[in-house]
Amino acid sequence: MRRTLYDKLFDSHVVRTESDGTALLYIDRHLVHEVTSPQAYEGLKLAGRRPWRVSSVVATADHNTPTKDWDQGIRDPISRTQVETLDANIRTYGAKVYFPFLDKRQGIVHVIGPETGATLPGMTVVCGDSHTSTHGAFAALAFGIGTSEVEHVLATQCLLMKKAKSMLVRVDGRLAQGVTAKDLVLAIIGRIGTAGGTGHAIEFAGSAVRALSMEGRMTVCNMAIEAGARAGMVAADDTTIDYVRGRPYAPRGADWDRAVALWCGLVSDEGATFDTTHVFDAAAVQPQVTWGTSPEMVVPVDGRVPDPDRERDTTRRDGYAKALAYMGLKPNTPITDIAVDKVFIGSCTNSRIEDLRAAAAVARGRKVASNVRLALVVPGSGTVKAQAESEGLDRVFRAAGFEWREPGCSMCLAMNDDRLEPGERCASTSNRNFEGRQGAGGRTHLVSPAMAAAAAIAGRFVDVRRLS
Amino acid sequence: MQPFRLHTGVVVPIDRANVDTDAIIPKQFLKSIKRSGFGPNLFDEWRYLDHGEPGMDNAKRPENPDFVLNQPRYRGASILLARANFGCGSSREHAPWALADYGIRALVAPSYADIFFNNCFKNGVLPIVLGDSEVSRLFDATLAFPGFSLTVDLERQTVATRDGSMSFGFAVEPFRKKCLLEGLDDIGLTLLHADQIRAFEARRLAEQPWIA
Ligand code: SF4
Repeated sequence: MRRTLYDKLFDSHVVRTESDGTALLYIDRHLVHEVTSPQAYEGLKLAGRRPWRVSSVVATADHNTPTKDWDQGIRDPISRTQVETLDANIRTYGAKVYFPFLDKRQGIVHVIGPETGATLPGMTVVCGDSHTSTHGAFAALAFGIGTSEVEHVLATQCLLMKKAKSMLVRVDGRLAQGVTAKDLVLAIIGRIGTAGGTGHAIEFAGSAVRALSMEGRMTVCNMAIEAGARAGMVAADDTTIDYVRGRPYAPRGADWDRAVALWCGLVSDEGATFDTTHVFDAAAVQPQVTWGTSPEMVVPVDGRVPDPDRERDTTRRDGYAKALAYMGLKPNTPITDIAVDKVFIGSCTNSRIEDLRAAAAVARGRKVASNVRLALVVPGSGTVKAQAESEGLDRVFRAAGFEWREPGCSMCLAMNDDRLEPGERCASTSNRNFEGRQGAGGRTHLVSPAMAAAAAIAGRFVDVRRLS
Repeated sequence: MQPFRLHTGVVVPIDRANVDTDAIIPKQFLKSIKRSGFGPNLFDEWRYLDHGEPGMDNAKRPENPDFVLNQPRYRGASILLARANFGCGSSREHAPWALADYGIRALVAPSYADIFFNNCFKNGVLPIVLGDSEVSRLFDATLAFPGFSLTVDLERQTVATRDGSMSFGFAVEPFRKKCLLEGLDDIGLTLLHADQIRAFEARRLAEQPWIA
């Protein structure tokens, strides 16, 4: 039978199957962070259990950690307790490796997994975090889980789950100059909707996806969850293997050759069938800007804020009206008339070296507009930060008036001090524009790193390709 | 886990699609290292007029009288009626913890986000899927009749009004149904297969030693 990549990944991890089709799935890699793990470790302790395979656990503190004044520690006592709880749990129960607060390789869990080679092709990768879908870029089966499931994986190395339906998102052709993986995935979500992928595992394929770097593929898979899919993935190819080669936890020597031979088979068979297929033309994708409170509320930068009155479906019309009220926007406003107060370049969607290079290329030799109160660049990890500094990107950003910070989740979800004040409008490279996501009352517009940098320079949204 | 068999309760309607878990429980409450105590902050940004932070005395905070949970007719509700794609976004299990802690035992909606749906079952909260038109009828009835309540019978897989004027069947996976009916700890169940897991693992790690 011709099998999809998803079939291959899923089937090769099934330990047993219940009579109703529920599978017991073996988990290779378990990523752990401070927010969704304390209750799981507590459950483990109360039941007198031990982690099944400590070498599967890779942990870091990222959600709560501050991005400046690291010498002063974590000032918020509740955040500090959470991070210290993770420290204590890792001390007690162990891990393959832990990148604690202040470690020079600490960073966002979905950035450090791939960059250390802890995420490898063919693996099942889980984390108590929905954006675990990011790791699917490596032809891995990667998905977010809840805290009870974190405990389940710790205790049994397995998860109970049913196989999802399969979806192919094929993007043919080439992205135009200045149009990025982020624009592509926003355009995909704009078309299929935030529930479009519900119940599915998405494989992104086609020439435009093949042409993406690993960073770009991670950006696309990262937002598969925003299309409602638990998992997104891309088949393995030379780009995948070149990225993994030489990473600290990647196989070496004879193991490397064996691994590569296996990984080459991590593709959907020719003619394999999918439950659902969507086809996109890459050349038609423009730089995207979200205007509302859901990632599907998105238009090209030369578009306008929609008019709810033109929606026939009542739930949708109400949703649009509520979103516009929250966002403080009027129907039919051109996107390029919307001014921004803050700019955030970071998050597990867009904080890798390539993202920072793209933003720096726009910022170079320019100045952040005077109406922009804060333009923040938060590298995804200590390793990304060091790389960017070695290329002088920090100096480019600083000279333009951006702040250059320590790594972490930061203003993606504003659990630390980096946040929007009520009513503030932000161009953000993160993945969620939900109400209050970046701070209560804050207004988020999702864009690519280049578009965020362009918004910082112009003080409003502009097509980065037309920035004078 | 608290078993779920038969439950009758007042229905509260949240009439918007794509309600995300950030709305169900805002991130500042995720700093807790406990599983309980999230109920007072369920839908915090919609429910109160001020900005909520952990450690506040929620009883003293100004409530938003326009939000459904604060309206007298819905006080004590234990069944939440919602629109499509309820629970999208973050994987935070704090969302079902907050719903359960508030006293919600069952949800009725046309669809849910996958991770949230899963998380509900782990916490004794039953997410019921009904068709769009059935859900719309329930919204109409909830608005028309103060105190409108429903009875959920998991064994028979039905949700119905007391007088039987409306009754809908729903689907649930047999394994999940069993766990919920009996309040089973699924870690314990999985560990019954420890030998099989060990054998699988030994084979896998021998073939691909780099995984360990
Ligand atoms: S960067 Fe944002 S989306 Fe990514 S893991 Fe952190 S909080 Fe979640």
